[in-house]
Amino acid sequence: MTLDPEFLQYRRRGRGMDHDRYEWSRLHEREPVNWPDGARLALWVNVCVQFFPLNQRGEPFAPPGGMSMPYPDLRHFSLRDYGNRVGIFRMLEVFDRFGLKPSFAVNGAMVERAPYLISVLRERGDEILAHGWDMDSLHHGGLAPEEESELIKRSLDSLQGAVGSEVRGWLSPARNESPLTPDLLAEQGLCWFADWVNDDMPYRFHTRAGDLWAVPLSSELEDRFVLMQNLHSEDSWVDQVCDACDFLLREADTAGGRILSLNLHPWLMGQPHRIGRLEAALDYITSQPGVRPAAPGELIEICAG
Amino acid sequence: MKADLALYDYWPYRDRPRIVWPGGARLAFWVAPNIEFYELDPPANPYRKPWPRPYPDVGGYSIRDYGNRVGHERQMRLLERYGVRGSVSLSAAVCEHHPEIVDACAERDWEFFSHGIYNTRYTYGMSEEQEREMILDAMDTIEKHTGQRPAGYLAPALSHSEHTMDLFAEAGGIYTCDLFHDDQPTPVRVRGGQRFISIPYSLEMNDTIAYVVNRIEPRRYGRMLRDNFDRLYAEGEISGTVMCIPTHNYQVSCPHRLHALEQALEYITGHADVWVTTGREIAEYFLDHYHDAVSEDILRKREGAQEVTPMKSNP
Repeated sequence: MTLDPEFLQYRRRGRGMDHDRYEWSRLHEREPVNWPDGARLALWVNVCVQFFPLNQRGEPFAPPGGMSMPYPDLRHFSLRDYGNRVGIFRMLEVFDRFGLKPSFAVNGAMVERAPYLISVLRERGDEILAHGWDMDSLHHGGLAPEEESELIKRSLDSLQGAVGSEVRGWLSPARNESPLTPDLLAEQGLCWFADWVNDDMPYRFHTRAGDLWAVPLSSELEDRFVLMQNLHSEDSWVDQVCDACDFLLREADTAGGRILSLNLHPWLMGQPHRIGRLEAALDYITSQPGVRPAAPGELIEICAG
Repeated sequence: MKADLALYDYWPYRDRPRIVWPGGARLAFWVAPNIEFYELDPPANPYRKPWPRPYPDVGGYSIRDYGNRVGHERQMRLLERYGVRGSVSLSAAVCEHHPEIVDACAERDWEFFSHGIYNTRYTYGMSEEQEREMILDAMDTIEKHTGQRPAGYLAPALSHSEHTMDLFAEAGGIYTCDLFHDDQPTPVRVRGGQRFISIPYSLEMNDTIAYVVNRIEPRRYGRMLRDNFDRLYAEGEISGTVMCIPTHNYQVSCPHRLHALEQALEYITGHADVWVTTGREIAEYFLDHYHDAVSEDILRKREGAQEVTPMKSNP
């Protein structure tokens, strides 16, 4: 038994990262960031507006939350659709009560599927980011570059036409990327993306078309990860979010501004039995001194100086 | 393949020679922060995929990078606050990629033990010669950067061959963290006959096993750590036990999780008769004071003897 000699060769074994996408940089060594009004913790709430097609191809894998039963998997199809019909309006009411201006990551396919919802989002004036075409159109290395580029363009065109303002941010469906995704995003004029979860603050991410900002949108505190993947209780989700809030506020005392990012799915958190736990979490967070709601575009502007 | 590698003998958890840790302590407590490097695009191993998703697995890679960029410093400061010197399970390539992390640990007099070169390079499928080369490379690299020759080994990503223990003992190592058969150190049989032992490292208390495999809630993890301690502490009065918390800076240091570890450290280090120590110190103390008596006791019990051993009283 023996392995190919390549297995004991180490091409990138040296200072820094094993790729050229960003610089090795430790959070605690960076200049502290100051949020406006003396705030210590920026609360960024992002809501995913998603379409899960019934005829899922699952290429190169079935998206988390996607169809999992034989066709036609009406239970999952309709339960995901629930989020865009019912759940999100329940959540909007909560956000308004707490004076929050969340961002919305919207699949391009949603523009035609729910023009009413899109017009509601446009009128709110909240930040809209592109979230690919639909949840079964994953960005991955199996796509030809032109194909992926076209996919990005279609998602952006659809969304920009509908919201009437420039879309600057991106979240890949299932946060999956091809080796070229960041390059193609920058080539199409995007300014930031939120797929990578290696930092608690925004940082510069290199592409062949200039830098993007990588903005931290926690996957570990996401409702889908906590409730659906880990099968934790709603109460535990509240505990985890509040514990994170406490921790980040304390760290911000000495280290400069921090971000608490909550990525939410209306098909999960918009359920009648869960919405109260979202309220509980937001009630706790927004009542802490030093917490200030913020949208990602604003956070990047401040970090860019 | 074999039904059992016969690395250790059956040794029942009753009537064992009494272990007393330094200062009369009944429990040896150590924390083993894994400081790892996972490659974005490693060469494929025929027996195990490095990443669940196709290249580039952005989620898997980037949360591990979070550990080094963000998490390590948080955990290090926390351990410092409770007077715990970490015993670092080190991917040797971290010395080259991120030497400032290794330096910061060395300044605090932490121990470094070997965890292979990268956590994306598995032992599976290696020839003996290849595995020896990898083991020596890791030991040499860690020694060159820290001045410490690693005494312990946790195989990269817990990937082993039939000869992993033999090869590490031949390279001069004295303890392994790869076996989970006991709550006390035990001798491990290696082909060269070296005095080589297992130090309890605990898969159950490992944050990644708890959070990723068993998917438990952070507050419950904190509770499990305290429960684990309570029982081992009580039993340690009869014969000294070992408690380890193996951590990963990308799990335990997330903002919603660090408090669980903090509470456990506060609780554990608040007890008298706890020896807050390192893996190497436990290994050396055991080898110097108990290895031979334990080996004799194991031999007796292997034959089925049930009489109380002469080592029952305080040595």
